[in-house]
Amino acid sequence: MRKIIRPCGLHCIKINHLGVTLGEQEILKDINLHFHCGSLNAVIGRNGAGKSTLIRAILGDIPHTGNIEFKDRENGQIQKLKMGYVPQSMNVEKQTPISVYDMIAAYQSNVPVFLWKGKRIRQKILEHLMIFEADYLVDKQVCNLSGGELQRVLLSMALMDSPNLLLLDEPVSGIDQNGMELFYQTIYKLKEHYDLAVILISHDLDYVKKYADQVILLDQSVRKQGSVKEVFGSPEFGQVFQYGREEK
Amino acid sequence: MDGFSWLQYGFMKYAFLAVLIITPLLGLMGTMIVNRKMAFFSDALGHSALTGIAIGVVLGVGNADISMMVFAVVFALLLNQISSKISASKDTVISVFSSCSIAVGLAILSRGGNFSKYSGILVGDILSITPEEIIYLGLMFVVTMVFWLFGFNKLLAVSLNRTLARSRHISVFWMENLFAVLTALIVMVSIKWIGILIINALLILPAAASGNISENMREYHFFSILFSMFSGITGLLVSYYVNVATGPAIVIFASIIYFITYWWGRRNHV
Repeated sequence: MRKIIRPCGLHCIKINHLGVTLGEQEILKDINLHFHCGSLNAVIGRNGAGKSTLIRAILGDIPHTGNIEFKDRENGQIQKLKMGYVPQSMNVEKQTPISVYDMIAAYQSNVPVFLWKGKRIRQKILEHLMIFEADYLVDKQVCNLSGGELQRVLLSMALMDSPNLLLLDEPVSGIDQNGMELFYQTIYKLKEHYDLAVILISHDLDYVKKYADQVILLDQSVRKQGSVKEVFGSPEFGQVFQYGREEK
Repeated sequence: MDGFSWLQYGFMKYAFLAVLIITPLLGLMGTMIVNRKMAFFSDALGHSALTGIAIGVVLGVGNADISMMVFAVVFALLLNQISSKISASKDTVISVFSSCSIAVGLAILSRGGNFSKYSGILVGDILSITPEEIIYLGLMFVVTMVFWLFGFNKLLAVSLNRTLARSRHISVFWMENLFAVLTALIVMVSIKWIGILIINALLILPAAASGNISENMREYHFFSILFSMFSGITGLLVSYYVNVATGPAIVIFASIIYFITYWWGRRNHV
């Protein structure tokens, strides 16, 4: 892994009264959340609860009300929040001639990828791919990567702007059980060694239980928020996931 | 008879120059059109040329090229807008628009049995190009190159994942619409020479053939432009010696290249 930066725990990200209305439908209302750097925050909820919408609203992809603050807790200064995003998937069909270099450079560089490879950007890409032991993939076609490989490539890309907040949208689809464990371990290491907060949409409650620092139970609004124990043991959790899991 | 005797004719010289400008342009644009799965979109744009001309005729615009361009740009923007709003599948929406515009164009132009006057645009005639028109093509070429140099990365980023692109402050709206407008303009400046029926083949075939054998964006562009220029020049010469229409001759060569690369790509597992 790259140089280890201890999370300072002094930065915090505050989401105040966030709401999203699309057309007539109110998808999210009055969301108030608080994240610290070095924490892994899992968003859970049934299908259609607005989990992806929340991520997209935070990213600024869809219009929303309310605001997002990024503060240094020591002196209360408000800074510009840098966000990294790992999407669920990329629009790459089979047989598309896009290499991993092409994909990352398209987002990260102004060196036109159809003309030549920029030496400096290639070096930077390789360095970041190395964090996840994915540097050997740099010239592979994106459409030929396995789910796990693509995930590692996208994670490297998201880290390239040293984000304060990393958003992951249902990243575990298309990955087998082994890969999933590996993925959660990677995220865990990431939040321990980098100065960032992670917000992760997850469907797999077992992994959430094992790795998350904070759980957010979402259903149009925040139904319950807290540690794994607090959320999994709450009556709200039982109402949302009606299959009667008994949690202590 | 030496191999360059055809160059002593002015019309062949101009046609050759035009091919040297149009084919790399179509090869370049084609890569993105194939990537973004917009083959149907560019096809519809070609068809809209008929309506554009018809509108020009109805309004009494002296130069039908202008009404054709303006209509194509409006058509492209409208199509972009509507297909992002409507929940029906994109190819259905495009098909509806395409059929509608071609019917309106044909109806107006065929009024009073006059369609034969316009039927030339269906197959195009590159041999009739004038030096002034070549200058317009050259201008289009420069505009496209500038857009590609400065916008290609962003355009690729948008087509890979819109949310990710937006999170990196790339304007999805501007990139998508600029690309649509540019496609419309390129199709319109070349349609008189290539023809409505085959313009799309020249946009799609070289890029698709290149996609068969390429592994990254540099190879993809290089081969697409190479195939496009090669079929353009060979098609022009063959049409001169065999005396067939130039457009179809070019497309036949582009198709042959497509099939060869398809076979080659399958064999070598690209």
